[in-house]
Amino acid sequence: MVFALPVLLVFLLFSWGPIVKGLVMSLQQTNLVDPVKWVGLENFRYVLADPAVGQATVNTVWFTLLALLFGFPLPVLLAMFLSELRGRSWAYTTLAYLPVITPPVVAILLWRFFYDPSPNGMFNGILGVFGLGPFPWLDSPHSAMPSIVLEATWAGAGNAVIIYLAALTSVRTDLYEAAELDGAGIVRRVWHVMLPHLRGVLLLMLLLQVIGTMQLFTEPLLFTGGGPQNSTLTILLLIYNYAFVNGDYGAATALSVLLAVALAVLSAGFQLATRRWSTE
Amino acid sequence: MSAERGLLSQTDRTRRRVRVPFVIGQVVVFAGLLVAGLGPFLWLLKAAISPTQDSIRKPLALFPSGEVQWQNLGTAWQQGHVGYYLGNTAIIAAGTALGSLIVCTTAGYVLSVLRPRWGSVLSAAILVTLFVPHIVSLVPLYLTVLKLPVVHTNLTNTFWAVWLPPAASAFNVLIVKRFFDSIPREYFEAARIDGAGSLRVFTALVLPLSRPILGVVLLLSIISSWKDYLWPLLVLTNPDLQPVSVALPKIAKVTELNIQLAGLFLALLIPVALFLVFQRAFLRGVGLSGGIKA
Repeated sequence: MVFALPVLLVFLLFSWGPIVKGLVMSLQQTNLVDPVKWVGLENFRYVLADPAVGQATVNTVWFTLLALLFGFPLPVLLAMFLSELRGRSWAYTTLAYLPVITPPVVAILLWRFFYDPSPNGMFNGILGVFGLGPFPWLDSPHSAMPSIVLEATWAGAGNAVIIYLAALTSVRTDLYEAAELDGAGIVRRVWHVMLPHLRGVLLLMLLLQVIGTMQLFTEPLLFTGGGPQNSTLTILLLIYNYAFVNGDYGAATALSVLLAVALAVLSAGFQLATRRWSTE
Repeated sequence: MSAERGLLSQTDRTRRRVRVPFVIGQVVVFAGLLVAGLGPFLWLLKAAISPTQDSIRKPLALFPSGEVQWQNLGTAWQQGHVGYYLGNTAIIAAGTALGSLIVCTTAGYVLSVLRPRWGSVLSAAILVTLFVPHIVSLVPLYLTVLKLPVVHTNLTNTFWAVWLPPAASAFNVLIVKRFFDSIPREYFEAARIDGAGSLRVFTALVLPLSRPILGVVLLLSIISSWKDYLWPLLVLTNPDLQPVSVALPKIAKVTELNIQLAGLFLALLIPVALFLVFQRAFLRGVGLSGGIKA
């Protein structure tokens, strides 16, 4: 059983181990200086009393909602359209996937330049032609988060397009044929054949997107550092600050556990709700 | 009979009310994707060889001052050390890919071909990690790398710290196992009757047959390691070991804009080239990930 050795070692050290350790650490005081001490729920109490946690939660949920609003329908529509191009869609998918290939750090530094708030800035210059702006983008607490959503949508859409396209190739085309013979127009074929076929993938991608966006980190760190006025401080950024700025590993893991539990409850509720809905 | 058709039938496609919006839609979508997908890349190429003032004052104009600074690329590579950091990124990506390949092929072999009695337990234990958000293990993973259990070694500021953790990927193990499942069982029996041991079956039969899926794992792990930022930032504090993603924000703080943008362009060039060359494998891999998730 030598073959099982690599997977066992790697998962024990870097996957199963840290998960268990995370749960344990949330009940301990760990700062690498003093000896480790059991503190019960003290870390949770500390975290829940920190006003920054409330702010970060509101920001993170706000980001998630905005990202759903802009980022979820776009790839679905794009994939539906591209699947009708059949053989010729490769040029489109290649273009759509280029932002996904772009390393996030490169994309963020580039977009930070695009978001230059001066009237000469890239985006302000383009919008200025239409008489709009100049907008402050990342410099205002109101528009900083939407600006991050815009970049994140650009960076993530291509991936979802490819997944939907793959799902669409397995629609039985005779169903379209039958629907058409029964007199169903294009819109009704989309509604009654295409979307029901996609339902499983759509629901799953919805859930995965929420789980992903709730863990937003690199964008606010590099775009704004959480500002202005903490308007882009996310839960993950706060965890990072707890652990690697303050050295309070207990608080950091406690907040991580809280977030993970929230996500687990959310997924379970989501699964339950959609299961009932799809059996109806 | 319906030959190749999609949502739209041949009759739809000849109808004017469908054809005209469809063609207009194609033009609009293609133009949109061109701007969103290729636009930033082309702009970055232009800005990388433009003087700073051109990029700031008239970002949309093509060389308004008439000066083309090809030397920016060289300066970013040499003085900006982008070349050096890209080398680190390449070393990190190569090691990560190798580690991932070793773990997922051997694990796939155990779970799909050897099938020991405890295989189902192992399989479930791996599967379960797919459902645990990464965030739970970020801090404890950092402390693990800081002081490895049992041996008490500190892996930070060694490449091992970035090579090993990504190898614990349930996703890779699963797609490889699924691929191994599709190899006909008769092959293994025939090989065994011919007297091949499990090592020989693995190296001479399973690995050569699974080249396509190994290519997918290789590409996906190279790209994800290339894109990674937070983890190398945490565990590689020594600037000599840092990958380009960690170095770029620091370079951005101390370097003039034209050199900065040239550095961004250089950092983007290799992933884009890799993608364009291995496009098919990439898109298949992403499609596969949809299949696993569904």
